[in-house]
Order: sequence, then C-alpha cells, then structure tokens
Amino acid sequence: MDVKVIGKHEKDARACRDALALTLDELMAQDKRICYVDCDLMSCVNTKRLREHYPERAFEAGIAEGNAAGVAAGLAATGKKVFFHSFGTFSSRRCYDQIYMSAAYAGLTVHVLGSDAGVSAAFNGGTHMPLEDGAMYLSIPESTVLDPADYAQLESITRQLPGIEHGVTYTRFVRKGVIQVYEDGSTFEIGKGVVLHESAADQATVIASGILVDEALKAWEALAAEGIAVRVIDMFTWKPLDEDLVEKAARETGAIVTAENHNVTCGLGSVVANCLARRCPTVQEFVGVQDRFGQVGPQDFLMDEYGLRTADIICAVKRVIARK
Amino acid sequence: MDERRIKELAAEIRLETLRVIHSRGFGHVGGSMDLADVMAVLYGAVMEYDPKQPRWEDRDWLVMSKGHAGPVAYATFGLMGYYPKEEAYTLNQPHTKFPSHMDRKLTPGVDLTTGSLGQGASTAVGAALGNKIDGRKSRVYAILGDGELDEGEIWEAFHFAYAHKLDNLLFFVDKNGYQLDGPTDDILAHSDIAAKCAAFGLYTQEIDGHDVTAIYEAIQNAQSKKGVPSCIVLDTIKGKGATFAEPKREHSSQPKEEQWAEALAAAEQALETIRKA
Repeated sequence: MDVKVIGKHEKDARACRDALALTLDELMAQDKRICYVDCDLMSCVNTKRLREHYPERAFEAGIAEGNAAGVAAGLAATGKKVFFHSFGTFSSRRCYDQIYMSAAYAGLTVHVLGSDAGVSAAFNGGTHMPLEDGAMYLSIPESTVLDPADYAQLESITRQLPGIEHGVTYTRFVRKGVIQVYEDGSTFEIGKGVVLHESAADQATVIASGILVDEALKAWEALAAEGIAVRVIDMFTWKPLDEDLVEKAARETGAIVTAENHNVTCGLGSVVANCLARRCPTVQEFVGVQDRFGQVGPQDFLMDEYGLRTADIICAVKRVIARK
Repeated sequence: MDERRIKELAAEIRLETLRVIHSRGFGHVGGSMDLADVMAVLYGAVMEYDPKQPRWEDRDWLVMSKGHAGPVAYATFGLMGYYPKEEAYTLNQPHTKFPSHMDRKLTPGVDLTTGSLGQGASTAVGAALGNKIDGRKSRVYAILGDGELDEGEIWEAFHFAYAHKLDNLLFFVDKNGYQLDGPTDDILAHSDIAAKCAAFGLYTQEIDGHDVTAIYEAIQNAQSKKGVPSCIVLDTIKGKGATFAEPKREHSSQPKEEQWAEALAAAEQALETIRKA
C-alpha cells in the first residue's frame, strides 16, 4: 500500500469509468485469459474500446443479465478470468441467482462490476439506484466486496482483481468524475483499510467508503476546528473487512461512525458492527441511506436528501461521543 | 456406431441409475431414466473424454441443465470408469460426492454445477464460447428439460448462442411432456417446442429420444452444420424403464421396497434380453 492524499476536495476532470476501462484495456493486452462481458452498457463505461481491441474476448450479451452472468461463469469454467459489467442494480438484483449458483456456489470466479453506485445513479432515478447491491454480494460466501472512493483507488483495485481466483468479486463504482481523494499512482491492498487521519487524542473514528470518504475528510477538518479530534479510515474493502484495524480504532477511540453510499441495513456499517460485536463492543452511529428506496434527482440533492453529507457525519460523531 | 453395444449400454445405465437412487430409497427417477439412451450414445459413441482426467482440456463437455437428473449421469460416469460405480450408492448421504443436483466441485465428470433450472443453458454457452476462443475442438452438450423451457433464461441463452454462432454447442430438450406438477401442457403449454427452438436460430431436429441410432445420426447431422448452434428435441417417456415411475410419469419417486425389487428385476431382465439378442 502506497497512498498519497491530495486533500483539496476538488472534482476530478476524468470520469471514474476510465480508471476501469483504460486499466482493463491494458490488462487484457497483457493477459490473454481475461474476458469481458457486458449487457448493452459498454458505451456507459467506455468499454467499447475492449470490444474493438479484443473482439475475441470482449462480448456483448445484450440486455439479458441473467444469461450474461451464466455465460461469464461458463467462460470461467474454461479457465478465463472474467469481468462482467452492468449497472449495479442489474449486476446484482437482476442476475443474483446466476452469480450465486452458476458462479460462486460452483467455485467459479467472476469479477462483477456494478456502475452508478448508490445515489450516483442520479438522473436514472430509483429504478437504477443500487442501495442494496453490496448487501447482496456480502451475503455470498467467499465473496469480495469493494466500494472505491475515486479514480486512483478504482484503478489500483482493477489491477488486483485478475489475481483473485477464489470466490466472486463485486466492485461498485461511480461512472462520472468524483472528488479526487488520492494522487494517481496510489496503491491499495484489498483487505486493508486506509488510515487517513489519526492522533492520540482521537475521540471517535469515522469509517467511510466510496464517495463518503471525501465527506469524512471534510468532517475531520470541521471537527478539528472545533477541537474534536477524530480518526478517519477509508474502508473500501467491505469484504474482506480489515477487522484488526476496526478493532484497533474501537479500542483506541471508543466510538465509531460508519458512512456509506448504501442502505445502512446491510452494508459497511453492518459489517463493522458485526466485527465490533464479536471483537470489541462499541457505540456506533450509521451514516447512510436509512432503509429507503432511491429516487430521481441531481446527486447533490440526493446526498442532502439521504443524509450523506459532511454535516451528517459531524452530527453523528457528536452523537456517538455523547453515548460513550 | 455399434448399435447393439449402445443399446446394451443404455440398459446398463438404466439399471445402474435405479441402483444409485435405490441406495437412498427415493429420488428423481422419472427425469433420469428417460435420458439413458442419449447418455449411452454420448458416452458410448460420440464424446471425447478421459475418465482418469475428468478436466482434460480437450474433452467434450456435458452440462446437465436439468440438474435433478444427476443419478443418470452418476450411473453413466461410474460405468465409464470415472470412479467405482458403487461410490455413487452414497447418493444424498452426508458428505457424499453425489448430491441430488449436479455439482462440479464434488463429482468427477461433472463440468458445470446445475440445479437452478435454466442456468445450465447459459453456462453451457459460456463453456462453448471459452473453448472457441482457445481454438479447441471440444463440443458442449447441454441437456434441458421441457419443463425447464419455462425459464426465460433458456431463450436468452439460445439468443446468445445464435448471435455468437456457437456451432460447437448442441442442446438436447428432453421432451417427456411432464414436469413436477403434471403435464407440461397443463402447467404452461409450450405449443411446438422444436418450431420455437428453430425460430431462435438453432438448427433443430426432433426425434425419438429412445432410438439410439436416430440420436446418433441426429448428432452427426447437427455437427455438420457450421456457424449455428443446434438443438435436438428428444421425444421421451418420463420414467422409461422404471416399472413404478413410467406408468405415472413421476417426477420424483419413493417406491416401497417390493416395487424397487420389481423395478430392479425388470431392468436386469431388459439388459439380459439385449445381451442375448
């Protein structure tokens, strides 16, 4: 792991999808075993280039996600390293049994990619807003579930996925440009959380992932200005969760706030709570979508609407400290 | 093809399938027994495989999409030497390698895991695609049930197979006319299955699913077609050769011990008759 934080809270001019598409393009040139299957959404994530460059290994399965997931599993059975993409709603709910049974249960690895994580589905609205995709993949035995924060993190993850040859993996990501948290070239280790701020005076720990990482960093600045020291951890790796890091934070700071672009009923907050209940029972507050369906609107509106803002994290930190 | 030998093999598979299910006392007899003839042709005269190397790269693949027909596959694999056939007499016992629905992680010879109906069609497509990418001559044989055709995924898989010109893929439809709750016409009528498969672009034939020569010739015919996937609709009798299951076209059976004795004796007799012919 080699991480450099930018700390400017500025939006990346590049779309996150390119971290995936350009990296996969490079990886497919190096490794002939890599295949790519999409469901009529290549244009949305800039992966038409893969079909142009590797027509024998990048496939359109059309608008038929269940079959596409099964085809991906069958390809994996012939020794291929298969990436499978659709919008997060469709690469989870729409093909769950195929991923569960034809791939995971059958001992075949498929790297599932779900674009438009959570409220980033914005103008496609509630029908296209995956707020439970992580939950579905968390509940598949031996799975890996990842929620990267930005371009550099998605790129680093993408490079590691072909090396995972056990269990299915699920990576939920934002298609568009997001606030750039990490400098390009930063590298991350699946299974290891990233400590972004820590001090001996920390009164609580904010454990965030995805687009909530930047909100957590802004919350840290605001709280520091008020004299409240908190630890901030980027836990892009929901599963395997960095349980040692979670436990250490709980023991050293005594209070936890989780922050996720997902339904809190079964997501990052839940896996952290599960870990804490077993290893170090600790007061916890959950920032995220509070068991609601998605809806249409600009992402800024949706982040306000569902309480995914810096201010929501600040309030949660104060609440959790009061409960200690 | 040595017709007499394949008929004998089909009778051996029927007897062995009964023995496998009898070891547990109950199971999916109907949809297993009606496949004995196609399994005999595939494993006795058509497919390339090596029982000592079940995952041999250049093998032909079998995908039993109607995964509940596991017992007929376990019987066939045992007879072909993948393992001592008696091993399969642990069907559905704790920690068995022979579960009711087929599992590639457990059983030598099983290429893809099936059980959630419809899914084997898609994984068979993926396997055919993967073999094509690698330039292997391997063919993929997928066996679907007619009740299974209720699943929309089957038709998605046909669509994909046609669009990607998977001529190394052959679907069989075991058209026995029955599914769990009763006759397929009564549950969700299909109209003409072969016409529908053909309309999806598959080179489709319909034959007597218990005529080993017809099955063999249809497979040869299908394999001569370039650029299109194929389909052979097998007209079969559910439970064929199981005295307690065939008259009622049973999906699953739990016969009494005397019924088992009668069925096993009849299957032994059928085998003897072929051997003496």
